[in-house]
Parts: sequence; structure tokens; C-alpha cells
Amino acid sequence: MGDHHHGPAKGLSRWLYTTNHKDIGTMYLWFSFAMFLLGGAFAMIIRAELFQPGMQLVEPGFFNQMTTLHGLIMVFGAIMPSFVGLANWLIPMMIGAPDMALPRMNNWSFWILPPAFLMLASTLLMEGGAPAFGWTFYAPLSTTYAPPSVTFFIFAIHILGVSSIMGSINIIATVMNMRAPGMSYMKMPLFVWTWLITAFLLVAVMPVLAGAVTMMLMDIHFGTSFFSAAGGGDPVLFQHIFWFFGHPEVYIIILPAFGVISQIIPAFSRKPLFGYASMVYATAAIAFLSFIVWAHHMYTVGMPLAGELFFMYATMLIAVPTGVKVFNWVTTMWRGAMTFETPMLFSIGFLVLFTIGGFTGLMLSIAPADFQYHDTYFVVAHFHYVMVAGAVFSMTAAIYFWLPKWTGRMYNETMGKVHFWVSFIGFNITFFPQHFVGLAGMPRRIPDYALQFADFNMMSSIGAFIYGASQLLFLYNVIAAITSGKRVTDEKIWDGAEGLEWTLPSPPPYHTFEVPPTIEEQPAH
Amino acid sequence: MRLSQDPTIDTVAKLGAVSVAMFAFVFVVMVPLYNVLCDALGINGKTSSEAYISVVSEVDETRSIKVQFIATNNDGMPWAFAPDVTEMVVHPGAANDTVFYAANPTTASMIAQAIPSVSPSRAAEFFHKTECFCFEQQPLDGESEAQMPLQFIVDQDLPADIKTITLSYTLFDVTSLMRDKVASR
Amino acid sequence: MLNARALAAAALMPLAANAQNQINMPTGVSDAGVVITELGAEIYGLHMLIFWISVAIGVGVFGIMLYSIYAHRKSRGVKPSQFHEHTGVEIAWTVIPFFILVAMAVPATSTLLEVYDNDDAELSILVTGYQWKWKYEYLDADGENISFFSNLATSQEQIYNTDVKGENYLLEVDQPLVIPVDTKVRFLITASDVIHSWWVPEIAVKRDAIPGFINEAWTRVLAEGVYRGQCTELCGSYHGFMPVEVHVVSKDEFDDWTASKRGAAAADAALAAQELSVDDLMARGADIYNASCLACHGAKGEGGLGNAIAGSAIAMGGVDSHLNVIVNGVAGTAMQAFGAQLSDVDVAAVTTYQRNAFGNNTGDVVQASDVVSYKEG
Repeated sequence: MGDHHHGPAKGLSRWLYTTNHKDIGTMYLWFSFAMFLLGGAFAMIIRAELFQPGMQLVEPGFFNQMTTLHGLIMVFGAIMPSFVGLANWLIPMMIGAPDMALPRMNNWSFWILPPAFLMLASTLLMEGGAPAFGWTFYAPLSTTYAPPSVTFFIFAIHILGVSSIMGSINIIATVMNMRAPGMSYMKMPLFVWTWLITAFLLVAVMPVLAGAVTMMLMDIHFGTSFFSAAGGGDPVLFQHIFWFFGHPEVYIIILPAFGVISQIIPAFSRKPLFGYASMVYATAAIAFLSFIVWAHHMYTVGMPLAGELFFMYATMLIAVPTGVKVFNWVTTMWRGAMTFETPMLFSIGFLVLFTIGGFTGLMLSIAPADFQYHDTYFVVAHFHYVMVAGAVFSMTAAIYFWLPKWTGRMYNETMGKVHFWVSFIGFNITFFPQHFVGLAGMPRRIPDYALQFADFNMMSSIGAFIYGASQLLFLYNVIAAITSGKRVTDEKIWDGAEGLEWTLPSPPPYHTFEVPPTIEEQPAH
Repeated sequence: MRLSQDPTIDTVAKLGAVSVAMFAFVFVVMVPLYNVLCDALGINGKTSSEAYISVVSEVDETRSIKVQFIATNNDGMPWAFAPDVTEMVVHPGAANDTVFYAANPTTASMIAQAIPSVSPSRAAEFFHKTECFCFEQQPLDGESEAQMPLQFIVDQDLPADIKTITLSYTLFDVTSLMRDKVASR
Repeated sequence: MLNARALAAAALMPLAANAQNQINMPTGVSDAGVVITELGAEIYGLHMLIFWISVAIGVGVFGIMLYSIYAHRKSRGVKPSQFHEHTGVEIAWTVIPFFILVAMAVPATSTLLEVYDNDDAELSILVTGYQWKWKYEYLDADGENISFFSNLATSQEQIYNTDVKGENYLLEVDQPLVIPVDTKVRFLITASDVIHSWWVPEIAVKRDAIPGFINEAWTRVLAEGVYRGQCTELCGSYHGFMPVEVHVVSKDEFDDWTASKRGAAAADAALAAQELSVDDLMARGADIYNASCLACHGAKGEGGLGNAIAGSAIAMGGVDSHLNVIVNGVAGTAMQAFGAQLSDVDVAAVTTYQRNAFGNNTGDVVQASDVVSYKEG
């Protein structure tokens, strides 16, 4: 390591050429927040149309473009990059490393994302409109019957797949090779463990998604028939390949969120995480099981009985390690000395609402019952509970928790609490009624609905507007903290926070741990 | 096996290889595996695309199986397409035959491909076609018609609980596909 | 046309379906306490079993959490414990949930076996999903299949808010599926274009309709009534506008209905031999246009997904080329071959309508006999 360290370059070129994990983490976080607001805007259009029965605002074809882009942008543009941003900021600091293993590849991993999403968003302006076949893009709706913009959609997916794969390789190489001496695997913070396991999942399944969209490209442009019965192919093959990616994908989304909660709850309980080793094993078990359950997304496709039974049993089994994690978090709180600052509020909100999402997941796993749930709003409710009240609440908790460390400035605690309560209430008003309309018979992905679903839909839309507005409050809180928040004075900031990042100044210098820290002697967990 | 002295590059190279392997896995393993499993376990409802060479065997007169025939046109296929009979009662081991009627009402010559599908899907491996119009593409000149033959045997090993087999054909217009293939030669 | 007695009987059924603000799955049992389908009731029971187990576990876990939030807060002056493992407890809460899951899997397996028991049906019906309607074909041993399309009957005016919405808004069709009560019916399900899915919540049948492949499902409905469902797989712009309507009637009424359906087909054929008045053709043509053309070609023929009919060269040009488009469709586009979906009288009527409505005013009249001669070449 050279000894003259200038600070960061000035101006735009700092951000364009940076190889610094803190800068790159910051860019990922701001990018993902912008995508979150864009995906959220599409959701507002969806809920505005669904406010009442009848078509009021948009045409059915455009509505489908909104649902498709909302899903794609939230999953690939908001949630995934936001957790990569956290990984970039925190992993080197948590393991006592000076930066990520491959800093230049890190820069590329980020910078290919904005063009990819610009291309995806620009499909709205193309002839035939944006993709309108759902974020799950089943063939042949997404091949033979797709608008011309599908080719750009495929290209965008390839690019963000490459970004994810490069980012994951970077994370694995960093964690495996750059831990400070004395930081054995079983001493790493759980956030690092969950990201390590997630990164392996990404390396394994993002190429499968790339394969699926490449096969689509070949069917559309090069005369193959992977998914077309006419040429001897099978539309159901698409579903198997997609969900072989798609199910591990949802664990990719949630495992880092689990890691964040495992950092925050102990901090605010002033007590160590209960059952560290089981948490590691449970995470690994969930990751392994995630590969063998994919067809629970396909229970109504006409699978042979043996297959249907296998996938039902394997899916039910995931409840065991997931339950272990929930019990461990609650037991961490038990007999702690808790305070309820904003990060803890969002974490407790996560714990309650994610668990509810887990219960509806258990209900969905039961194949014969799923014939009544599949492709209804019951599923929409389930995945929003686990992805919004799960992953997004966890990310929000993470921002409030670490922002003071990254910036040296504290956010306004009262405003943070207001953001929490408005979010919590808005979220539940939006999504709890969706369980009801789904069970009562309302399908997914429809722009208009029968009259008996009207009241709950109106409620859901009002909740969505409230929840959406509260994210603007979040934006305000973050900007206010950064520009004029009270400066923090001590390194630890939070009474119960543990980990190497809390030994650094707030904000930390541009380059940290250029000399590896000494890891205190403690027994491995 | 070390791919590099530098442990970081070693990790990166191995993970890069895994990514490439997983991409290849989709084409080289998942697709063929899906087809092989469907064929071997007969679970896709797809029957063989080759003629079955029949082995002379006893007809099981004690069992009667109802075989239903369905004809569907895929999107954009204007032909008239229908089975001569909607159902037949057959005995396992016996050779049976029937025809499907097709007529091209347009003035252009066209080529069709019939794609079979069997329900219940697990019956597919026991439904042997010794002759089927689905084995080849079916060309028809404009404003002409054809009687397309189907000969089949239901295997005696058909699971005892199956009493009805439905054979469905979906007729696809492959005229432009074939034209492209011919043009590219 | 549905027999008047069947209609009256259906109207007297208690409104179990379409109840406002229902919060739960159909129970499989009607409001009057009659089992609608045994499988539906079994599925509902399974759903409630898992639900109550989840509630019980949730109450336990959240109860402990809420108590802890109340009792173990720093502001109460408690000192935090430092325990962070307990092997016994951790094994217990891994093993006990496993056994709870096994307990759930047993009834789930037995119900799934029921779902797969498709054989020994008394009636087989081919259900084909189209963009954006269903086709029903009753397989008849003698080959005299009854076949018809089932289109959304709700008017565009209701959808676009210029008319009051009816009670069965978006859940009503022009020709419903009619099946006899207490009869095992086997559905053979496929699609003609993209993947659709056929679902009727109250009889608990849902199966994907996959182009090129046939799926099967079965039901035995024990209570007469009208049951409504929808397409449940995104299939394009009008996915939300292709409902399912099933009328379950007594066996006698079913026999009457099949006879009248066959009669109607014969009557249509007889009608094809007659010359209809312009007014009759236009009225019939308007109905067919609204059911089958409007979604893509617009309520005023202005176009949309499909080309405009108003002022179109095809609708105002030669009758034969106009008939060619309607009867044979246009390969490579979304324009289906309606010759397979409409009777000759219907084709004549809708062609006449298109040629004279929307300001086209060609004055052309197309009779069924013209359509027949066109088809014969």
C-alpha cells in the first residue's frame, strides 16, 4: 500500500472512475433509491387504476406494462442493488479489509446498471410499448406474442445479470481472501455470512436467467423452438428454467436482509445474537433448499403427481430453518435491555410482518390449497409482505442504522419514527386486504375487477398512496441528515452496536483498515 | 486445483468458471434433461415422434380402454381439422386405426405440423403409434383436403387404474418456418 | 339458449357467490348448507387447518415478542442478559416444527391424490383458451360435439363508466358452460395461442391452458347454481376480461339444453339458407362485433390493437377479400381465423355490419349463402 493518499478526486470524474468501496456503495444506494421511487411511481399508477372498478386512467395494455416494469425495476433495480450497496460499504469494514478484492471490476459492476435501466425504461417509448408480459415473462406471451421491445428487455437483463455476477464474485473473493488475521469464518458478523452465501447463490443462478433469456432471444430471432410446441418445444420448459433461477432469486433478496436484522436486533437489545452458529447453518440450509423447490410456482401447470408431491414436501421443509431464524431473533430480544430507535422499529416491524408473510408462504406451499391461491391476490399479498415488509424494511433499518457512521451525522429521530409508523400503517392498509380479495377470487394482473372486490381495492389503493408518500419522507430524512444532521461524536454511536465498523471514526476516512486491525481474542461463536 | 498463485485471482477464476458452467448448464443439461425425463418417464404427455415397431402380442380382451380424440387449431391456422371418430373403445395389445380429416380452405398451399399430447400424461409411454400423421409435416395445396391416418396400440402394461386416454392434436401452421428453412439452404 | 326452467332455478339459488367483501376462500358449501363439491370443501378445510396452526404459532411468537418489548426495555432499568445459545432449546424448535409439518403433509397428500383422480368421468369437455375468450366443446361418443365460444358479456359502456355496472360485472358471458349436477365431469384443457388458466373458485378447479398440450381436471358439482370464475394466467391485454361462467343444472335440464343447443346449430344452418333482412343482419352483426371484434377494433371501429374498421380499405373494398380476412384470419398477426368460431350466418352478419357501420355505408349486404359460396371457392 503506497503511503501518499490523496483524498478522493474532485467533481464528476470522482464518481465515474472511483474504485473505492465506500463511493461505490454510495452510488449503488442512491441508484437503488431512485429506482425504488420509479418503481413506486409505476405502483401508484397501478393502484390508481385499481382504486375503483372500471377503466379510468390507463388502457389494459399499458396497465400490463406498468405491472411488468414495476416488478422488474423493484426486483432488479431497487432491492438487489441496494443490498449490493450495503455489501460494498460494510463488508470491507466488517472484516477489517481495506477495500473489495477487485476494485476496478467493482466500478464496472455499478456503472453498467444505469444504462441498462435507462434502456429498460425507454421501452415505454418504443413502438408496441414496453414489455407487458409480467416480470416472470412466460413464453409464448414473451416470445411469439411479444412487442418489439422484448429484445431490449433481454439485453437489459443480460447486462444486469453480468453486474450481479461480477459483484458476487467480488464479494466472495473479498470475504474468502481478505479477512483480517484472527477473523475466522465463525467470528464474522452475520451480515457478512448472509452476503457470502447469497453471493454463491447469485453466481449459480444469474447465469441460468441469462440462459433463459438467451433461449427466448433464439426463439424470437433465430428460428429455434425451445418454448414453442410447433417445433417440438414446450412452454412449460421456460417455467422450469425461469423458476430454477426465480426461487433462489427470492432468497437472494431476503438473505442479506436477514443479515441486517441479525446486526440490528442485538445492537438495540444490548445482547449478543442468540444462536450464531445455528443462524449460519440455517442460512446455508435455506440456500441449499432454495434449489430444489422451484416448481411450487407451477403447481397448476399439469405436473405429474410425484413431482407435485416432491415440490410440496421440499417447500414445506424450508419453514424449518426460517422458523429457527425467527425464534433466534426473538430470543435475542428476550431479557435484553431494549431501546426503540428507528432502526429497531423497522427491525421489529420486519420480524412481525415477515413472519406473517412466512405463514402465508406455508399456506401457499400446500399444493391442493394452492389451486385456489395460485395467480390471485393472495400470492401478491404474500410476496409483498416478505419483499417489502421483509427486504425493504430491513434495508430502511440498515440506512437509519449505518447512515450516521457513513456520514458522521445523525438523522432526526422523531422524523424517523414518523416515517416508521406511517410506513407500517400504510403498508398494512395496502397489503392486508389483498389477502381477502385473493381468497375471495380476484386474479392477479388484471386492470379491472368484479364489484365484490371494490371496497378492499379502494382500501388497498389508499394505503398505497400513504405508503408511497412516506417514502418521500424517507428521502427527506436522509437528505436532511446528510446536509444538516447533528454531528455524531463517538465511534460507537449506538450503545449496543458491535463490529469493526463501529471502531472507525464517523465518517470513516476514505481508506480504512489499510493496516489490518487486531481481532480481539474471543472464542469463536 | 489452483488456477493462480494469487488467492484472489484463483477465487475469481474459479467463480468465473462456475458462472460460465451454469450458463452452459441451461443449454447442455437442463434442456436435454427435461426432454429425456419427459420421454423416459412419459410425464409430459408427449408421445414418441417415431413410429413404434410393433411386437406381436396377446390382446387383453378383459380390459377396455376408452380412447378419445381431440383436434385443435393453433392461432392463425385456418384449416378444418377434426377426428373421424371422437372416441373408440380398444383392448390393450390390439392394433387400431382411425383417420383425421384436414382441409385447407385458403387458395395458397400450406404446410401443417400436428403436435400430439396425451392425457393423463403418464399414459403417454403406453400409447404406441405405429403410424401417425404427426410424424411428418403435412402439406396441403390450396382448397384441398386429406384423410390423415393414425394407427396405434395401447400397451398391456398400461397402469390398471387408467381407463380413459385422451389424445389431442394441435395443428400448427409451419408454412413460413419451412419456407425460411428451404430459403436458407 | 338456456332453458327457462334452468334459469329460474339458478336465480333462486342463494347468492353465495359474489358476496361483497368476502374475506375467505369459498367453503365448498353453499349458504344453504349444501355441499357444492366435496373436493372444494376438503381444500377449504386444509386451508383453514394451516391457517389456524399459523395463527397459533403466530400468537405464541408475537406474544413472547410483545411481552419482551414491554418487560425487557432499558427504560425499565433492566440489565441485559448475555446468554447467546442453548442447544436443547435450539434442537427442540428445529424438531418440533418438523413434526408439525409432517402432520400437515398427511392431509395435504390425501387431498392432492383426490385432485389427480381424473378417470371414470361421465362427461368430457374440451376447454380451449383464446385471447380473450374460452371455447367449450362437449365430446360426444357419436362425434356430434356441441361447441361454442364464451365471450365476456359486460358492455364497453359499463367498463368505461358511461353506464351503471351490473351485478355480475366482468363475470358474465354470452354463452355459459352448462353441466349436469352430480355428474363427474372431466375437463380437457388447452390453449390456442398463449398460456391461459381456467378457474372457478367455488368448484375449486384451476388448471393452466398450455398451447400444444392437453391438461386434465375433474369436478363433481353437487349443488345446482351459477358459478363464476376468471382466467388466471396473464395472457395479454384483455386477460382480465375473459371470465368463466358455469351453470350446473339438473340432468333433465341438461338433456333439454343439449337438445336445444343441437337444435340451435341446426337452426343456424337452416337460417343460412334464408335471406335475412338488412336490419336483422345489422342487429345480429352488431352483437357479434361487440362480442368478438370490439376488444381489438374499438367500439367505433377506430382500431386499437387491431386495425381501424372505419374507413378501412378492406371493409370498403371487395367482399371476398373482406371475407378472407374474417374467415381465414391474417397469418403472423393477432387476427384470428373467425371462420372456425362463427357460423356462416354470423360471418355474414358481422361482415354486413362492418361494411355499413362506422360511417362505412357501402350499402353491401352479405348473406350466409355468400359466405358459403366464398368458402367453397
